[in-house]
Amino acid sequence: MTITTSLNDKVALVTGASRGIGAAIADTLGSLGAIVIGTATSEAGAEKISARLAEKGVKGAGRVLDVTSADSLAALLASVKEEFGAPTILVNNAGITKDNLLMRMKDEEWASVIDTNLSAVYRVTKACLRDMTKARWGRIINISSVVGSMGNAGQSNYAATKAGVAGFGRSLAAEVGSRGITVNTVAPGFIDTDMTRVLPEEQREALMGKIPLGRLGQPEEIASVVAFLASDAGGYVTGETIHVNGGMYMA
Amino acid sequence: MSSIEERVKKIVAEQLGVKEEDVKPEASFVEDLGADSLDTVELVMALEEEFETEIPDEEAEKITTVQLAIDYIKENLG
Repeated sequence: MTITTSLNDKVALVTGASRGIGAAIADTLGSLGAIVIGTATSEAGAEKISARLAEKGVKGAGRVLDVTSADSLAALLASVKEEFGAPTILVNNAGITKDNLLMRMKDEEWASVIDTNLSAVYRVTKACLRDMTKARWGRIINISSVVGSMGNAGQSNYAATKAGVAGFGRSLAAEVGSRGITVNTVAPGFIDTDMTRVLPEEQREALMGKIPLGRLGQPEEIASVVAFLASDAGGYVTGETIHVNGGMYMA
Repeated sequence: MSSIEERVKKIVAEQLGVKEEDVKPEASFVEDLGADSLDTVELVMALEEEFETEIPDEEAEKITTVQLAIDYIKENLG
């Protein structure tokens, strides 16, 4: 058999695509033929995405999106639909951390992480769903984290959102399966990005000792799993959480 | 220009995958035309697009038959 991973001219929306895992996902979907709209929170970030996609010969553009703002989202989708068509592949990747021990956590640290990592998944997915149901085809892939399953001291807010998107995904998968739409969660482990580079050396060493593959993951190794789920090859997978963590946590 | 009745019936038939002649005024979307809850949501969205209007959720819930849909459109766009 042949494995079909082509995404010819499907419109893919990837949030948080200026760097790290999101950038790799945008590039990989683009390399498979998708028209990619990658979002960033700043104009400079969006321009960087546009330049990167153009350099790689990917159709699409970088755009500004604040995932916590319904107005920003409405404006983005209106312009994307007009220029490229409605997205039928959605990768909810944008996320932040505001780590703190719970006893010290500020309400703002809790609320902003919930809003950006979890409520935004609700917001963006809902906004894209109507066109996917019309198309009778859609792929929704939410980027979670190993922390959502195994927990991590100092990340109760982050872990709550990452476990939350997995439950969200299972419920939505049950709702929209009849419309040819799959909803899955990809849970990266310890990936070599700006988010993990800020960790103290000691903590990195300790984490590394718990990874059977003995190394950090690369963003492209998350992107390839996302690409599989977005393609026809992954068409029968839905409601699932796929852990990609070098064996650090085996669910 | 088709009448409101004809336009509603056409949309119901398309959305629910039933024949237009089965779309009788008294037909219930769920009981007679086999719609599930997601179908009814999509149906209301299709009506909103066809008639370029927004149907509030509390009103949408009351539209359970073909006639109720026709009545709603007539009352609110008439």
